[in-house]
Amino acid sequence: MRVNVTVNGRLREADDVWEGESLLYVLRERLGLPGSKNACEQGECGSCTVRLDGELVCACLVAAGQAEGREVVTVEGLAELAARRAGGSAPAGEERGEEGPPGAGLSPVQRAFVDAGAVQCGFCTPGLLVAADDLLARVPDPSDADIREALSGNLCRCTGYEKILDAVRLAAARAGETV
Amino acid sequence: MDFLRPGTWEEALAAKAEHPSAVPLAGGTDVMVEINFDHRRPEYLLDLNRIGDLYEWETGERDVRLGASVPYTRIMEHLRGPLPGLALAAHTVGSPQIRNRGSVGGNLGAASPAGDSHPALLAAGAEVEAESVRGTRLIPVERFYTGVKRNALEPDELIRAVRIRKADGPQQFAKVGTRNAMVIAVCAFGLALHPEARAVRTGIGSAAPTPLRARAAEEFLDAALAEGGFWDSGRDLPPSLARQFAELAAGACNPIDDVRGSARYRRHAVGVMARRTLGWAWDTYRGSERTTRCA
Ligand SMILES: Cc1cc2nc3c(=O)[nH]c(=O)nc-3n(C[C@H](O)[C@H](O)[C@H](O)COP(=O)(O)OP(=O)(O)OC[C@H]3O[C@@H](n4cnc5c(N)ncnc54)[C@H](O)[C@@H]3O)c2cc1C
Ligand code: FES
Ligand code: FES
Repeated sequence: MRVNVTVNGRLREADDVWEGESLLYVLRERLGLPGSKNACEQGECGSCTVRLDGELVCACLVAAGQAEGREVVTVEGLAELAARRAGGSAPAGEERGEEGPPGAGLSPVQRAFVDAGAVQCGFCTPGLLVAADDLLARVPDPSDADIREALSGNLCRCTGYEKILDAVRLAAARAGETV
Repeated sequence: MDFLRPGTWEEALAAKAEHPSAVPLAGGTDVMVEINFDHRRPEYLLDLNRIGDLYEWETGERDVRLGASVPYTRIMEHLRGPLPGLALAAHTVGSPQIRNRGSVGGNLGAASPAGDSHPALLAAGAEVEAESVRGTRLIPVERFYTGVKRNALEPDELIRAVRIRKADGPQQFAKVGTRNAMVIAVCAFGLALHPEARAVRTGIGSAAPTPLRARAAEEFLDAALAEGGFWDSGRDLPPSLARQFAELAAGACNPIDDVRGSARYRRHAVGVMARRTLGWAWDTYRGSERTTRCA
């Protein structure tokens, strides 16, 4: 079947989609967006986390056909989403950052993860970024309990989580400063 | 495989009548796991996401009529007042991502003995609104669970909604697992005080082939509370009374040994949860009794 879905603001079309296929497979294998990771395919790890019509979901548990006509934001779209929220256009170097210095074209949450050392192997990072971004959009000044709860569906086997918590606190603090 | 995408409830019922083997797909948090792991290859998937009615709820005089697909997150946000037990249970389901998609209709469809809605629905009192092209019937929730992962739905029926009694007293939910998030219950317990009816109702999860009420424990407590005049006095419950209630609740279990826990542990834990949830709920009841009497 064919699936039409808006991904990161652009209308995309996937053909020959198998009826039992997940949104995660469509994103990674048919639309060339490998940012969302596939680790467990059973909702346990959160590495496939995306927004579906604004809601945080595991892309591995959404049937491709259920995404028909809907809007998806993946980690690839976070910088643009952040720029749009801030009322500007996409930051320079957004296309892979080839032109600008390293780190150009990152959303504030992404930059905070880099600065706080919250990325080791990086496999969990895209899902955590989407989840952290969702939290900060809803709760600009989250408590530690808020952060733990919001990230409870995302597993990381490298960092021990402390640096990830630091990164979210850092992103929140920086956003607070600019207000 | 065919992907059926009804746009209205009537179309969904017609599709289910035409293809009784079709597997309804709501949040997909059970179904998609089975498909991803090739445990299930249904001929038809019946997507219910486009049917707006299933995502709505109405609060009536006696009941909340909860649309089958309302995600747990909405229940936590909007229905904590009328459905405190279910809201507590919803908060323990999976993770934010799972709670944004998973629904009570899906929990009932899956009918796992470990489903967290079940103890809360049993304790509150609820009927499942099952509908087909032939008509609608209301199935009392205690008769809905017919076996391990089996329910009372006919092949052409879908769950339209669940009618859940609005709380008229404190409700509690407790669940044993290895951590706070992302845990299938080792066992779970729901308890609701119904001061208007002067009754206590319970629900046990994951400690028998199906979710069930601890009837003997309820009957014992109803009689003891009436006899001691506790509903009126709002007095502290004697420890012996709570202990016997806990023993009877543990006795209602018919658990198995599995990777999550032994039968003996489950029976013990249900007793502990029964005693604690009763204590918490009774404290709240006493608190509210005191304030109404002082006012
Ligand atoms: C990582 C993870 C963690 C989880 N943690 C928990 C937990 O802590 N507690 C818990 O209880 N569950 C848990 N679950 C299981 C699952 O999330 C719940 O059972 C949830 O309620 C299912 O709802 P759904 O809408 O996603 O159902 P779906 O997967 O869409 O459907 C489940 C079943 O119900 C049927 N169905 C759905 N809607 C209807 C309808 N309207 N009429 C008839 N049949 C219908 C489907 O055909 C299917 O058989 C977890 C799942 C995952 C993946
Ligand atoms: S791949 Fe989806 S949650 Fe792990
Ligand atoms: S950085 Fe390796 S899994 Fe999180």
